[in-house]
Amino acid sequence: MSDPLLRVESLTKHYPLGAGILKKAVPMVRAVEDVSFSVKAGETLCIVGESGCGKSTVARLLMRLAEPTNGRVLIDGTDIAGLNKHALRAVRRRMQMVFQDPYSSLNPRLTAGQIITEPVENFERLSRRQREARAADLLQKVGMSPEMMHRLPSELSGGQRQRLGIARALSLNPSLIIADEAVSALDVSVQAQILNLLLDLQQQMGIAFIFISHDLGVVEHVGHRVAVMYLGRIVELAPCEALFANPVHPYTEALIAAAPVPDPARVRLEAPVDGEVPSPINPPNGCAFHPRCPLAVERCRIEVPPLVPMADGRVVACHVRAPADIPALEHIERTADTKNGHEAIDLEKDQDPGSGITKPH
Amino acid sequence: MLMRDSIGDDVLLDVRDLETHFYGEESVTRALGGISFQVKKGETVGVVGESGCGKSVTALSILRLLPKLNAKTVGGEVRFQGRDLLQLSDREMRQIRGDQIAMIFQDPMTSLNPVYTVGRQIAEAVQIHTNASRSDAMAKAKEMLRLVRMADPERRVNSYPHEMSGGMRQRAMIAMALACSPELLIADEPTTALDVTIQAQILRLIVDLKERTGTAVMLITHDLGVVAETCQRVIVMYAGRIVEQATVTDLFARPAHPYTQGLMRSVPDRRRGRQRRLPEIPGIVPSLREPIVGCSFAPRCPFATGICSEQTPILHDVEPGHAAACWRAEEVVGA
Repeated sequence: MSDPLLRVESLTKHYPLGAGILKKAVPMVRAVEDVSFSVKAGETLCIVGESGCGKSTVARLLMRLAEPTNGRVLIDGTDIAGLNKHALRAVRRRMQMVFQDPYSSLNPRLTAGQIITEPVENFERLSRRQREARAADLLQKVGMSPEMMHRLPSELSGGQRQRLGIARALSLNPSLIIADEAVSALDVSVQAQILNLLLDLQQQMGIAFIFISHDLGVVEHVGHRVAVMYLGRIVELAPCEALFANPVHPYTEALIAAAPVPDPARVRLEAPVDGEVPSPINPPNGCAFHPRCPLAVERCRIEVPPLVPMADGRVVACHVRAPADIPALEHIERTADTKNGHEAIDLEKDQDPGSGITKPH
Repeated sequence: MLMRDSIGDDVLLDVRDLETHFYGEESVTRALGGISFQVKKGETVGVVGESGCGKSVTALSILRLLPKLNAKTVGGEVRFQGRDLLQLSDREMRQIRGDQIAMIFQDPMTSLNPVYTVGRQIAEAVQIHTNASRSDAMAKAKEMLRLVRMADPERRVNSYPHEMSGGMRQRAMIAMALACSPELLIADEPTTALDVTIQAQILRLIVDLKERTGTAVMLITHDLGVVAETCQRVIVMYAGRIVEQATVTDLFARPAHPYTQGLMRSVPDRRRGRQRRLPEIPGIVPSLREPIVGCSFAPRCPFATGICSEQTPILHDVEPGHAAACWRAEEVVGA
């Protein structure tokens, strides 16, 4: 098997809350906790979850816009944490980002052409003619007319601005584009245009996407694999079709059931889950979903469930639906007698230092 | 699907030829180009459309909450229980607003007062419209918070808006809106800012309360899924006009306006296959600063013919209870 394009190992980010110079114990926001996944070339990995689940923090850590508290991000096998400024610049060429808000992520004083060639000019000098040729080419790739290069962002519609954001990301021929809620602010008819553009680009150029979204309909449409996050952790990671056809984690199930479907004939049961997402400052012990989970048992209140591989290639973190294998279970229980729930987290890492995933038998 | 009971005959709100303009420095934007519709007692009507189609302007025009400096309702009638709201004095209108017609908005933080507790704000709404004593009003506030299934209502009645999550604030807003048992609740994108699991809870709550109190609901949303799951009837708007009106079942089964069809097809749907190109609506929404000749959707419409760019189509019945403003609606409905 060839190396994946991107590998993320036990990525963790804790933000201190407020200044801690005089205070002894600073409360920490546990934004991302022990997240591991990989992305293959040309693949779309979706990350879904509700506000505060850590999906945007993951994106920031991947771009090294924030420094991880723990864990590694490897691109083609190179750990980006150890890179100096110069080497990091080279890596950033390979990974680009498209943001949610096409209004605030474009410099209002630059023309469309300047905006999309600016990244290239970070790396090479372009003559005016070269720059215009590059801009025209990029605009055509995203379905805009080359004459648009002289327009200012304020003269463009929301959809056109998002196309510009995508053209800017494409300008360095990246292998991976991280799209953080890239279609969320758009009307459905414009959203369809942008989703089509992303699918076309992937097919033509073999670009891999990390597609971060809260919209399950969109995720199901574009994803190859989907990671579901809840309160900083991945609770289920599965091939897209399998996830939607047969969600295993109770949270995945609730999320899919909650998404409104434009079909009045669909029979809707009671609201799928009660309660709200707890604060990441003081997350519940054990499985973070247990206070809202209809299946929760005693064990869920004590131990954080490890991600357990299932037969169909997915991993699930749930004591009830995906119990870990017996030896690991005994190991955890033995330790759980003497340690509290929080330290059980470290225990998982002891078992499998690389990924935090418990191996089968 | 949530419960849908049969539609009564009593008309609660009757909007006729409502026309609202916004005034810029050198231009007039015809935000509402003369719309007519009815809301019956106890009915849930969805108003859908994309940004700028006029759905929020419709709500603000009905409630007479348009910005006074640059917007004006220039024509039409808004008959509510027989009275034209556009003819009432400001004082009479204030008595209706919050009492017989209540509203909730997308962002509860901007509509709640940050310096008063939630309980006090609900109680104030009660006291303005009834002659309840302060302690009775506070008791009512607690009762309302319980009704909207606020967790820990005894404590939350003394909470400030910033101490609450988005879902709790929206529950508080609903409690305040329903405290005076209004005849009509206008909800403008009430769940758009919320996470899906919270959205499901709030929609469920609005429908439950509607069933219990008999309040009619006008639900403004951009989300066809939300409409399908909560509404009985739907109004589709495009460029300041109503282009289609139908029961929710008819609209989704047999959309009769090419815009409605295009809108439905551009939403990703597993039944049509993943990873496929989605059908697009070509072009962009027309500017409402220029007068529109003919059908405003004609330049983007796959069905458009000669007449479409010359004469404005009239909203007419394609089948009983199902109207569309399209010259070729009878052909579109089968396509």
